This record gives sequence, structure tokens and C-alpha cells, in this order.
Amino acid sequence: MMTPSLKLQDLIEEIRGAKTQAQEREVIHKECAHIRASFRDGDPLHRHRQLAKLLYVHMLGYPAHFGQMECLKLIASPRFSDKRVGYLGAMLLLDERQDAHLLITNSIKNDLNQGIQPVQGLALCTLSTMGSAEMCRDLATEVEKLLLQPSPYVRKKAVLTAVHMIRKVPELSNIFLPPCAQLLHERHHGILLGTITLITELCERSPAALGHFRKVVPQLVQILRTLVTSGYSTEHSVSGVSDPFLQVQILRLLRILGRNHEESSETMNDLLAQVATNTETSRNAGNAVLFETVLTIMDIHSAAGLRVLAVNILGRFLLNSDKNIRYVALTSLLRLVQSDHSAVQRHRPTVVECLQEPDASLSRRALELSLALVNSSNVRAMTQELQGFLKSCPPDLRADCASGILLAAERFAPTKRWHIDTILRVLTTAGTHVRDDAVANLIQLIGGAQELHAYSVRRLYSALAEDISQQPLVQVAAWCIGEYGDLLLEGSCEEIEPLQVEEEEVLALLEKVLQSHMSLPATRGYAFTALMKLSTRFHGDNNRIRQVVSIYGSCLDVELQQRAVEYNTLFRKYDHMRAAVLEKMPLVERDGPLVIEEAEESKEAQLSEATPIPTEPQTSKLLDLLDLLDDDTEDAQHLAPRDPSPEGALGHLLNLPCHPPALYQTLPPIPNLQVFEREGLQLNLSFVRPSEIPALLLITATATNSSGSDVTHFVCQAAVPKSFQLQLQAPSGDTVPAQGGLPITQLLRILNPNKAPLRLKLRLTYNHFGQSVQEIFEVNNLPLETWQ
Amino acid sequence: MIKAILIFNNHGKPRLSKFYQPYSEDTQQQIIRETFHLVSKRDENVCNFLEGGLLIGGSDNKLIYRHYATLYFVFCVDSSESELGILDLIQVFVETLDKCFENVCELDLIFHVDKVHNILAEMVMGGMVLETNMNEIVTQIDAQNKLEKSEAGFAGAPARAVSAVKNMNLPEIPRNINIGDISIKVPNLPSFK
Repeated sequence: MMTPSLKLQDLIEEIRGAKTQAQEREVIHKECAHIRASFRDGDPLHRHRQLAKLLYVHMLGYPAHFGQMECLKLIASPRFSDKRVGYLGAMLLLDERQDAHLLITNSIKNDLNQGIQPVQGLALCTLSTMGSAEMCRDLATEVEKLLLQPSPYVRKKAVLTAVHMIRKVPELSNIFLPPCAQLLHERHHGILLGTITLITELCERSPAALGHFRKVVPQLVQILRTLVTSGYSTEHSVSGVSDPFLQVQILRLLRILGRNHEESSETMNDLLAQVATNTETSRNAGNAVLFETVLTIMDIHSAAGLRVLAVNILGRFLLNSDKNIRYVALTSLLRLVQSDHSAVQRHRPTVVECLQEPDASLSRRALELSLALVNSSNVRAMTQELQGFLKSCPPDLRADCASGILLAAERFAPTKRWHIDTILRVLTTAGTHVRDDAVANLIQLIGGAQELHAYSVRRLYSALAEDISQQPLVQVAAWCIGEYGDLLLEGSCEEIEPLQVEEEEVLALLEKVLQSHMSLPATRGYAFTALMKLSTRFHGDNNRIRQVVSIYGSCLDVELQQRAVEYNTLFRKYDHMRAAVLEKMPLVERDGPLVIEEAEESKEAQLSEATPIPTEPQTSKLLDLLDLLDDDTEDAQHLAPRDPSPEGALGHLLNLPCHPPALYQTLPPIPNLQVFEREGLQLNLSFVRPSEIPALLLITATATNSSGSDVTHFVCQAAVPKSFQLQLQAPSGDTVPAQGGLPITQLLRILNPNKAPLRLKLRLTYNHFGQSVQEIFEVNNLPLETWQ
Repeated sequence: MIKAILIFNNHGKPRLSKFYQPYSEDTQQQIIRETFHLVSKRDENVCNFLEGGLLIGGSDNKLIYRHYATLYFVFCVDSSESELGILDLIQVFVETLDKCFENVCELDLIFHVDKVHNILAEMVMGGMVLETNMNEIVTQIDAQNKLEKSEAGFAGAPARAVSAVKNMNLPEIPRNINIGDISIKVPNLPSFK
């Protein structure tokens, strides 16, 4: 005969007696084996006890799925104790994802119909907890019948079950809508609570129901009034407030009904004022009701005086010593900040104080609210506060705070310099937590603020000299130093303290960044390119830079190695091009492809007017070319960038890009033009004007060779009038083999923002038939379409 | 709606776990662990509200908790519930437990977890608040317990007898009754067929 099974309590004792996790597992496994055997044998007497034990170990995290069928058997048993455990098991072990759950539908149906209240209660409870859509559909009529039962116990449960059913099967709203009106007349608080919940659910799901229930507003007002004005009753009161749960539910329903509806709002006004002024605020229950009242007042069409009262109540709560009250006040203000911005602004100082709270929940709320309160008039003060917070805030809030500050700075920056300063400070304090595009944004910002180049590069240099660990900061600083290194050496800048910097110091700093183990590969790329650029910005000899470049030619990082090799080649074989290649970059379009980091990779040589760079004679010949075109006088700017005005940039930011990036849609093709022919070597130009960018003209120069001898060392250079911008991309090669061999192509990009007549001068140098040839000529007969 | 109600002790051992939305067993255990992790980090004098962990639905949901001596009572709710209201609900729940168990302590919850489930089922149903009147709840629980006891039938008879004897107020019976040799004349009784 098998040993009598353990009682639940005894099993619990045994489990608690286990000293280690392994022991506990052993005890439980042994017992589960017994339970499984007992289930197999089908012992009806002790089944409920076995299942109770199984549910216990299930709570501790052990598998209990083999008890699912037993739940069914227990539910079908006539005994209450069996049903009790069976239904509990169903709620804990079965859910709508297992097919087995449908099997209890019939049992539930029987139990709902058989009239013993506790049993009906069990069935309803289980149905409302784990009832799936199919079950709800099957049992809807049963539940509807129970709504009209005399027993309040069953009715209140039926009402809440109806709410669950509507959530699972929205069509059932039709069945459960009609009884609501009658249910509202009940005196029993449990039924009322359930009914209000049901009506709320119906109204949230269907505007038609919302309209229908607006007519019960007076009734709701009456119920609430009775609750508020009735004397102290022990029945439902919590710390002296009569049934605060029911009050809160009614207030929430009133909020939904009164929103955007003048008439209903009017009916509620008096009552809301009464509740707001008479509710006891010394205990939590009263405050719960008061908060709900405030939210309702702000959401409906309430009288102006009432709104002021509501916001003042919130303001008072912000100063309350109870942290929970402060938390809920901050949450409520956050909800209101969109609709009643000015009212909430009044409490800005208090909100900012809450940033200093040691409690993480409160400071998080305060941060969200502070960020929402930033506007153009308080941006400087708020940013200062927020930056102070950023230094000391808990790590999980850092990222949000940093990006919040950057966003606010972007939207409301009073001056560019302030903007740059702010971003700089954020990068220094919380560099590792900023978003990835912060670097790109800052570079773009600095690039566009021409007058601040000197200032920026000095600030960044000082910041970098202090600390090379914050990667975004290092990246931006490296880029800046590379671009504007010459400005760094000039001693004076009015806006900042004079800083004497030697070339060697700068190079040393960049090398330090390169070698530091804290630098990410991307950062090292930045630093490396910056070093290279400085070879043209600085006047000293380039030996140090050359050395570094050649060392990194064998670097393990492939990216860096490739660059090093390229730069090395630039030093050795293409030294004449180095200056042109490393020219200052044009301003990049915000939405455009990110050409910021490595424009050199495409080897764009920009030949615009530049301060004379002391390089080899080749370049000076180019300058001569430009001079020849001098008759088109227009004072050229240094970079001639398309500098977008701040509004334009903001417009770009605020307008989500909606036009598809269809590049290079062309207008009717412009005819090709042959511009040069000599002894079999021909140069043809073909033109493309993308309709996307009207000022842009793309010229492809193609050199073909029909002669008997190869053309070697072919170089084509171009010049345009000062008002134009020209970019020459790398040619496909420098040799055109004889007899129609593979031609050389080269792309020229010409920007003509002023739509001035295009003039183009070309200079060709090459070796042909054993002779070196140089030709300079202006292209005539350029089609009108190229520049109109 | 209330998504889950969890009770665990200061070491994270679950004493009650009720979920009102379908989660797999693994997820349930993970949620319990995650919630314990978040709640145990909290100081003593901070507010009782927390953002929900990732598993329970992230920042749309809140954890509203109360710490009583060795137990944490945590209600995980979504944004439609009033935070202060739930705080009160936890209080009412604990007071009801107190009334049903007479000065409830952690051991009561450990050994009578099924009863705690029954009490909770009278207060919160399907994630919604059902009844908050303590007296009503206690009356109902008593009625159900009586129904269970009356049903116990023959199987319960030994248990009932034992408890009856235990509760009997017997006067002290002397152990050794020294009765002298008694010779009782037994009448000749007719034998029964």
C-alpha cells in the first residue's frame, strides 16, 4: 500500500528544511514523482491535495504542466473543496495558449448555471482571469443572465467578467451595454464599482457608446456627491474618505465623458469644485481622489477659475513632503504640459529643484518635465541647470539627459557660439552617452559658423589637451584641428584667452590620440587624417608627419593601414596634388551623404580661390589659369559654401525629409561636345544636369586615342570663373592605349548658384609619340543648357 | 488594469505570484526575479513607484510596491490605474489578510498560500478591483471555508474527531486508579441469536 500522501503544509515544511538549492530540488522532484503517480492512479480523494502541492512548487518555478488535466477533473467534481483548488489550478496553469483550456468551458457553464453562489463566484473569477476569446463567446449569455441575479455577490463578479469579455471579444459590447443603465441604480458599492469600470471600457472602445452614456452624467454626479457629502461610514471608508476607489473610478469616467463636450462638462463643474475644495488631504486616500479630480478638471471644458485652482493644487503638491505625492504631481504636470504650457511654466523653479532629488524615480520624472519646459526664453538658464544635473545624475538617466540637452540646444539656441559651447560642454561631461549623430551635427555646425572657426578650434584644442578619453569629443576636436590648424597657431582670438600653441605640441597631441588605447578605431582615423591635413596647414617641415604616416603603413587595423599607404603615396608620388587634395572642406548638406569624414577618399580636388598656398610651381600655373578668367569679377568668398541660414537649417531639421532621394533625374539630354583633337587624341565632354539640384552641372571628359601610339601621363585640369565651384574627381587612369584602347574618363562637378554664363578652360599635359605635350584652351560653344 | 501581483521576501523568494495576462512559466519566473532586483535596490525613504522592468512592459507600466518588514508587496499596473489608489489597495489587502489570519506574518503566507489566493480573488478579479470592503470580503471567505468544512464528509471525520478532542476541556484524570479486587456477580444473560 502506498504511503499516505503529504499534506501541503508538510511538504512546505520539508522544502523549507532543505539547506541547499540542490536539496530542495531533490525533495521537490521526489514529491512530484509521487504526485504524478497519484494522478495516474486516479485517486479522487486526495486529488485536491496533490494539486495544491503542485501549485505550490509551480510558484517556486518548477514545471507543473502535468497537472493541467487534473484541474479539469477537480473542476468537474461536485465538491466545493475540489472545485476551489481546481479553479485556482486552472488560473495558474492554463491559459489561452494551450488547447486544453477550452475543455473547462463546459464545466464553467454548468457551474454558472447551478445557483450555488460561491461556486458561481469561482467560475466567474476563473473566466475573467484566463478566459480566451472562444470561451468568452461561448459563455456570454450565461454571464449576461447573472447580471440580473438577485445576489450582489454574483452580480458584481459578473459585471467585471463582462469587462474582461469585452476586452477579448469587442463585439460582445452589444450584449453588455443595455444592462448598464439599470446597474447604475444599485446601492451596492461592489456592483457600482464594476459597472463604472464596464461603462468606462465601453466608452473607450466605441464613440457611439460614448455618446450613449453621456446622458448618465447627471446620475454619476449624484452618486459622487452622495459619497463626498455623506458622513463617516465604516463600511467602505479608507482613512476617513468614503470609498475612494469608487470616487476615483467615477472621476475617471466623468473625465472621459466630459472631454470635448461642453454640456457634460458644465454639469460636472460644480461637483468638481466641491470635491477639489472639500477633500481631506492629510491622508493618501484623500490625495488620490484630489489628483483624479485635478486631472479631470484639466481634461474637460472647465471654467477658467477651476483650471487655475487645479494647477495650484498641483503646485502645492509639488512642495509636499511626501515623496509619493511629489511623484504623482510631476507625472500629472507632465500630462498637462502639452495643453497648458504656460500654467505649468509657473512651477518651473520647483520642478528644477526636484532634479536634485536622491530618489531616482523622482529625478527621472523631473528630468522629463524639465526638458518639456524648455523654451526660447528660458533656454540658457534651463540648460545650465540640466548640465549641472548631467554631472551628478545616475548613469541610466545620462543618455536621456544628454540627448535632451542637445535637442533643446538645437531648437532654441540663441547664438551659434552658445550652441557650440553647449554641445562642447555636454560632450565633455557625458561624451560616451551621446547619440552617434552628435559628432556629425557638431562638425556640421562648426563648419557652418565660419566666424567661429578660430574660437572653436581653440576651445576644442584645450579640451582635448586635458582629456583624450571622451571619444565623441576627441573625434570632433581632431577634425577641427585638422581643418583649422592654421588658425590655432595664430596667437590671438578676441573671444578667448590667448593661447600659445606650437606646431610640435599639436602634432604630439594628435599622435597621443593615435597611440592611446582608449581611442576607438574611428577616432584614430579622425586623428590620422587630421595629422595629414596639418602637413599643408603648418609651415614647418613635414618630417614628423611623414614618419607617422609611414609607420602606420604596417598597422594591424586595415582601415588605418589603407589610409597610411594612401597618404604615403600622396607624399611620395603625388606631392603636387597634396595641397589640392587636403584643401579645406566645403560645407556639407545636412541631409546629404555623410561626406564629412573621408572626403579625401574620393580625392576631390577643389580649385577655388584660396589664400595663396606656397606649394610647387604646378599649382601656381593653375592660379595663372584662374587669373585668365578674372574678367568675370565677382568677389569670391573664401569657400563659397552654400551656407544655409539658421532658419533654413532649422527648416531642414523640422521638416522630416519627405521628398524621395531621387538623384540625377535628368532634363532632356544636352548634346556632347568635342573640345580638342590632336593627332588622334580626342577629348569629348558630355553634360548632365540633375533636376534635383538645378545649380549642378556634371561633365564627363572622355579622352580617346585613335592614333598608333599610346598616350601616357595624361593629366587634365580645369578652371572656371570665380563665382563657380569646381570639383575634379580622379581620372580613371593616365594612359590611353593606341588604336582605340580604353579611354580615360574624368568627372567634373560644377556648381553654378548664380546661373552665370559658364566658361571653362582646360589644360592638358601628356606624352604622345615620344613627346610631352601641353595644351591650354578655353572651351567654346558650350551649350546654353549647361548653365541656364 | 493590474498586470501582476507579486509577494516575495527580502531574499527574493516568491510567496505569492498572480498574473493577469498570459505569460509563459519561464517569463513569469524572470519577471519575479527582475522585479525583485529592481525593488530591492530602493532605499527606505523614497517613493513607492518604479518604472516597470522590460519584461513586464517597460516604461508604460509601473511597479507600485510596499515593504512590510520581511515582505514586498508589488502590484504591476499600467497607466490606467491611479498610483495612489493602488497604494491604498495594497494597504486594504494587507489589512484584510490581517483580519483573516489574525496578526498575519510571513509564515502564514508561506503555509497557507492557497488561502491567500482565495482572499486575493475576492479583491481583484481579471486585473480589476472587485471589492474593497474588508467586512464583505471576510464574510465571503468565512462562508466559503464553512462550505468546505461541511463537505469534508467521512474523509474528514478523523480530522474532525482529532480537532474535537483537542478542543475538549477535560478535567485532569488521575492516571493510576487503584481499584481493589472487585468481584462482580454477573447475571446469566440470555444469549442473543
